[in-house]
Amino acid sequence: MNLFMEVAASGKMISFGENGLTAVLGYAVVFAGLLALMAILYLMGVFFKLRQKKRSEAVLPAALPAKQSAPEPEEPAGEPAPGSAGEIRRFDVPDKEAAMIMAIVADQMGKPLNELRFKSIKEVKKS
Amino acid sequence: MNIGEILKKLFGESGFAGFFQSGGWQNAIMIVIACVLLYFGIVRKFEPLLLVGIAFGCLLVNVSYFIGLRGDDALYHPNLWSAFLDPTPGNAAYHSYGVILKEGGFLDILYIGVKTGLYPSLIFLGVGAMTDFGPLIARPSSLIMGAAAQLGVFLAFFGANLIGFTGNQAASIGIIGGADGPTAIFLTTKLAPELLGAIAIAAYSYMALIPMIQPPIMKLMTTKKERSVVMTQAREVSKTEKIIFPIVVTIFCVLLLPSTAPLIGCLMLGNLFRECGVTERLSDTAQNALMNIITIFLGISVGATMAGSQFLTLATIKIIGLGLAAFAVSTIGGLLAGKVMYRVSGGKINPLIGSAGVSAVPMAARVSQIEGQKANPRNFLLMHAMGPNVAGVIGSAIAAGFLLSVFGG
Repeated sequence: MNLFMEVAASGKMISFGENGLTAVLGYAVVFAGLLALMAILYLMGVFFKLRQKKRSEAVLPAALPAKQSAPEPEEPAGEPAPGSAGEIRRFDVPDKEAAMIMAIVADQMGKPLNELRFKSIKEVKKS
Repeated sequence: MNIGEILKKLFGESGFAGFFQSGGWQNAIMIVIACVLLYFGIVRKFEPLLLVGIAFGCLLVNVSYFIGLRGDDALYHPNLWSAFLDPTPGNAAYHSYGVILKEGGFLDILYIGVKTGLYPSLIFLGVGAMTDFGPLIARPSSLIMGAAAQLGVFLAFFGANLIGFTGNQAASIGIIGGADGPTAIFLTTKLAPELLGAIAIAAYSYMALIPMIQPPIMKLMTTKKERSVVMTQAREVSKTEKIIFPIVVTIFCVLLLPSTAPLIGCLMLGNLFRECGVTERLSDTAQNALMNIITIFLGISVGATMAGSQFLTLATIKIIGLGLAAFAVSTIGGLLAGKVMYRVSGGKINPLIGSAGVSAVPMAARVSQIEGQKANPRNFLLMHAMGPNVAGVIGSAIAAGFLLSVFGG
């Protein structure tokens, strides 16, 4: 028994014209498919952004008095640190403490700090 | 019978005698190649999870050739698979898994999972469960880069046809440019199974070599100013959006190209397990236990297709060359789209993230991150590059679906 006999090539040869047409059409189909998907995702995004906006508008009046008494976020000072992304809002929290809190959270989650996104850090004062 | 005759008989029946039989030298070379691949997988850590399995499968099939000389003990029988594909009237083995199960060896039986497309699809289930599509949902324009980066697929397809491959074979070679191993295996098994070993090795080797292939092209195609662009944080994606996403993509892509159903369906099911929040156990199994089991089966059975007489051909060298060209052109396609988006956005999008459109999750995104930080230490592109990166997975699945529709007939 010949275990490794030659295997015939699958399919047929195609002409130059068919070859070019298939390549162009294939690329066009991939583009068209992903562009249509992009449009769907944009529509989805618009819908969810509007929904989010409506919700936050509904919550805002109730939350307004409480917000007035809350401390103002500190402005981020100077240039961001190397490797950082975005900004963080800090409420009565010094730089060093904020950095320490973020490092502890990253360590406990077992994820690198640069893969986490911190939106704000606020000190909760005991009454 | 004297001792000399006994020793001669023992040697004649041993596998070593096979080296001196017709074609035995090819198997000897393949054993050396398997050891080299094992070195690359274990020592150089080139895609070790798959390459070690593939290399060992290659070793097993070329060693078991000698066992096969004595009878039907070979682990893998390419002739059974040739008969499986032979539509000649009266051929009982044509499309008969029963014959494979009855007469096949251990690796033949494992190979059924490749042949049916089961393993690549289940790998996609695990990939879906491990992938966060958030960056793509937050910036849907990433899909343009994912689409543009399929350029290499179709140029390599075109080139492969020109140098004498059949349409089916050219389609299988082209998909190497998608930089997506399971997709390449899935398509090749359906269209040109005789090239599976060479295509799988080319696809996984180049995926492992992305940190070496892409950076020179990235530097060549972008200016320092473009590479230094710091992108702003994308919007936050709600949980509901992440749950709806896999359902929408499945409905849309499968309706568009039904042949993508096994790959896109499994990818999105895995992602739904991850995001829906009520199937944590299934998500965990898909990401870990199932993924690992299938990786073992896939690696060893793909390696089994690397029998000497099938692998040591001029076609393999052509495939290795075309695969490299496909990767490079796909990277160029992604970068070109990135440059267009840089212009259109008024310099807000770093074109380096375009090269991540070649799938190879997350390796290609990491390369964008590294090159971005080299140009500007404050640059953090990883999450931005993950958008085109996962878009590339969907793009290569659509490209595979298209080629399967055209040539799968």
